[in-house]
Amino acid sequence: MSLLTPELMANIGRASTPQKEVVTRRDIRKYAIATGQRLEKYISGDVASATFHVALFWDVVGMEELSPDGVSIDKLLPKFPLERAMAGGLDITYHRPIVPGDVLVATRTLSAIYEKQGSSGPLIFYEVDMEIKTEAGEPVISEKTTRILR
Amino acid sequence: MLKIDMIQIGDQLPVREFTPDNIQLFLYDAALWNAHRIHYDYQYATEIEGYPGLVVPGPLMGDWLTQCAIEWAGDAGELVHANYSNRQYACVGEVLRSQGTVMSLSREKREVTLDINIVNAADDILAPGQFVIRFNKI
Repeated sequence: MSLLTPELMANIGRASTPQKEVVTRRDIRKYAIATGQRLEKYISGDVASATFHVALFWDVVGMEELSPDGVSIDKLLPKFPLERAMAGGLDITYHRPIVPGDVLVATRTLSAIYEKQGSSGPLIFYEVDMEIKTEAGEPVISEKTTRILR
Repeated sequence: MLKIDMIQIGDQLPVREFTPDNIQLFLYDAALWNAHRIHYDYQYATEIEGYPGLVVPGPLMGDWLTQCAIEWAGDAGELVHANYSNRQYACVGEVLRSQGTVMSLSREKREVTLDINIVNAADDILAPGQFVIRFNKI
């Protein structure tokens, strides 16, 4: 019997409120240093390194919203019948570089939920698409996150 | 400078070694606002979650893969597509390294596809990825 009920599947297409962030040279530099970048253009903050947007759009939540393991609950997601998160992955398409002064808007959409049979039981996969654009609507990054639950 | 005419399928990328430590994990999680305790609370990571040590964040390994692709291309081209997954974890104290290979190239589209992995000392693939570099018009 499938774990994916019609009620669960009805969450596909649910989208977050667009999140707007201002890109600063300081944040680009912090991220470049933290990730061990070696190219001067990233360390100086002239341009953002390739996964800077992951930090820029990471949820800033209050301490009371963190679970005891320190993780924040992703409000875009429904309650899944499997809860232990396994490996995930990212698929990123770059449209244009991110530079200091950019005002970027990200919208996240729960785009897919599907089930597969793993060697030790059922697995639930879900995908979240994030579209990052400028305020004028110019595409900057398209990203798909895939997560596996067991 | 690297030129697309110089590249052959099967070319190996330079190997880069990564030795993440507590300081890097602190800075990385601070930059993200990530409070997941497996990355900085040794007692929690080992006694409650059962890891052998502090866990290297998966997306940090993903970033290293993009760095390998971008540094290989230099000023000759830019990263237009990245795809990776986190298959196994690593802990602080491990020595990790990259291994990368040119998988395909299209001189017409000026695009090169690279397979790059982060591996541990036992050669287990922790994070495999595929990356597309588009070379600049000369």
